[in-house]
Amino acid sequence: MEKYISLSSTAVPLPHENVDTDQIIPARFLKSTSREGFGDNLFRDWRYQKDGSLNADFVLNDNRYSGQILIAGHNFGCGSSREHAAWALSDYGFKVIVSSFFADIFKGNALNIGVLPVQVSPAFLDVLLKTVQEHPQTKIEVNLEDQYISGKPSEDKEHFEIDSYKKTCLINGYDDIDFLLSKRAEIELFEKQQELARVSD
Amino acid sequence: MSKTLFDKVWDAHRVHSIENGPQILYIDKHLIHEVTSPQAFRELELREIPLFRPQQVVATADHNTPTKDQHLPVKDELSRKQLTQLSENCEKNGIRLYELGHKYNGIVHVMAPELGITQPGMSIVCGDSHTSTHGAFGSIAFGIGTSQVAQVFASQCLLLTKPKSMRITVNGKLRKGVLPKDVILYIISKIGTNAGTGYFCEYAGEVFENMSMEGRMTVCNMSIEMGARGGMIAPDQTTFAYVKGRKFAPKGEDWESKLAYWKSLPSDDQAEFDKEYAFDAEDIEPMITFGTNPGMGIKVSENIPSRDDASFEKSLKYMDFKKGESLIHKPVNYVFIGSCTNSRIEDFRVAAEFVKGRQKAEHVTAWLVPGSKQVEQQIEAEGLKAIFTEAGFELRQPGCSACLAMNEDKIPAGEYCVSTSNRNFEGRQGQGSRTLLASPLLAAATAIEGKIVDLTKFLN
Repeated sequence: MEKYISLSSTAVPLPHENVDTDQIIPARFLKSTSREGFGDNLFRDWRYQKDGSLNADFVLNDNRYSGQILIAGHNFGCGSSREHAAWALSDYGFKVIVSSFFADIFKGNALNIGVLPVQVSPAFLDVLLKTVQEHPQTKIEVNLEDQYISGKPSEDKEHFEIDSYKKTCLINGYDDIDFLLSKRAEIELFEKQQELARVSD
Repeated sequence: MSKTLFDKVWDAHRVHSIENGPQILYIDKHLIHEVTSPQAFRELELREIPLFRPQQVVATADHNTPTKDQHLPVKDELSRKQLTQLSENCEKNGIRLYELGHKYNGIVHVMAPELGITQPGMSIVCGDSHTSTHGAFGSIAFGIGTSQVAQVFASQCLLLTKPKSMRITVNGKLRKGVLPKDVILYIISKIGTNAGTGYFCEYAGEVFENMSMEGRMTVCNMSIEMGARGGMIAPDQTTFAYVKGRKFAPKGEDWESKLAYWKSLPSDDQAEFDKEYAFDAEDIEPMITFGTNPGMGIKVSENIPSRDDASFEKSLKYMDFKKGESLIHKPVNYVFIGSCTNSRIEDFRVAAEFVKGRQKAEHVTAWLVPGSKQVEQQIEAEGLKAIFTEAGFELRQPGCSACLAMNEDKIPAGEYCVSTSNRNFEGRQGQGSRTLLASPLLAAATAIEGKIVDLTKFLN
């Protein structure tokens, strides 16, 4: 996995609440057996009209906004466990998703592929959304090492939480498979103990 | 120290704890299907890691399978490729597969309990969020992403932060015409789509104690729709009677020792939960959703509430409904009875009982999609197929079907579908489709009447 430390980028505002994984990547695009290429269909049914033309009202088609950060409403990523949703966001170019609340499975999937979910307070989310909507050129800084997010030029800054284990993984580019494989002996011992417990019953 | 059901099962599977970090949880059963597994197989291949415990993995084809002419080659090229890939991966890695056409094939959350693969006290994962279904047996069961599928392939374990505990108690007796689906839709409408995020939920009280295993599965299935990774119900005589004698259920002495263990699992009387909710069974009525998340539900007799926020308004606009209006008498052209929520035999029995001797409305397309080959056979054996066919319903072959519309089973844009599935997200059942979630009884009644009816009045 790619190492992740911090970034400074303009951002895309998506203030809707409960953005579910079917919106992020509709099920009909899940037929692929690879991880690549899902970005083309990110937010497909919001991004395109039924006839395939661009929906000018959708933020990804608004020339004023671009960048590696998506700022979204409460309960982002609810619904299915499809990691394809995180792949699609990553493939499109997003490295950080900011929201006041993330659905559980999505959050884990994002962290597992090196997309950073940054959970901020609802008040700070409002500030960020407003700042970006009014000044699309605003650079948002996301610092993983020191765990803060700030929206220049106002210098509003907020601390965010991340599990220290996951933080180490992201900074060093490790993933859980590496760690679990290093614990193989312990896992096998656990299996033996389970087996013994069964026999002695 | 007093423990909850969840604590007991979790602790029995904990291999290791990282200081200030996650824990390693051992996984007893890993269920896989064609959509979320190919990239995980590929990952292991690239890293040259063998599958650690292939005998603990069970595969089925369900998400992307046709529900017609399953004996013929799958028409859609990408779907066919995905299914072939699953077969090849299973073959290569020594994984038991119930492929399309196999007598045990079906939706993963229907076929695994049916075969006795799902048992109390187990830890079960699958790359599908409705894995919470298996919690009905008192197991820890939850959906995972593809990276985690690869982790379980590699180590039969997952790194997880232990979720907080939550209990929802519903006491009393359910009214006539109120089904398990109504109970869970009612709960989600009361507590919202993210009340359970970060929690594992135990359902307790008389309503769940008196519920069949199939009803319990319907309830636990939708735990994820309130954000909870999983839901659980304490195993009891109903659970044991369901499991006993199934293909992969323990036998003989093994059964006796397992049974003794399962009986020790229910939450201790003094066990404490991080969050508790309580509801009264009498307050629950047949439910229906009006919006684009499962929390947007009302009693079918109620009017759509009024809320002034942009997301709520966006949702109503998509559904073409107005604040304050009633759904009664709204014409509906599509009805879907199926999905891992409601595609078991009891669901078809309750629908057939209502349908018997009646005809579906002419303008309605009514699809019945059984959860498995075994359910399909039972529908026929019990004479339900004849009832449905005479009433003009179309009985299709097993699969996830129009719940997520990955295959050809799609609801056309702009159309309403009263569906027994679990999600009413925008476009979930096909681009532009509008889903109203309900019980199999309300779905059957809608098909007959061609419009939404006040079921309570109807039944009395």
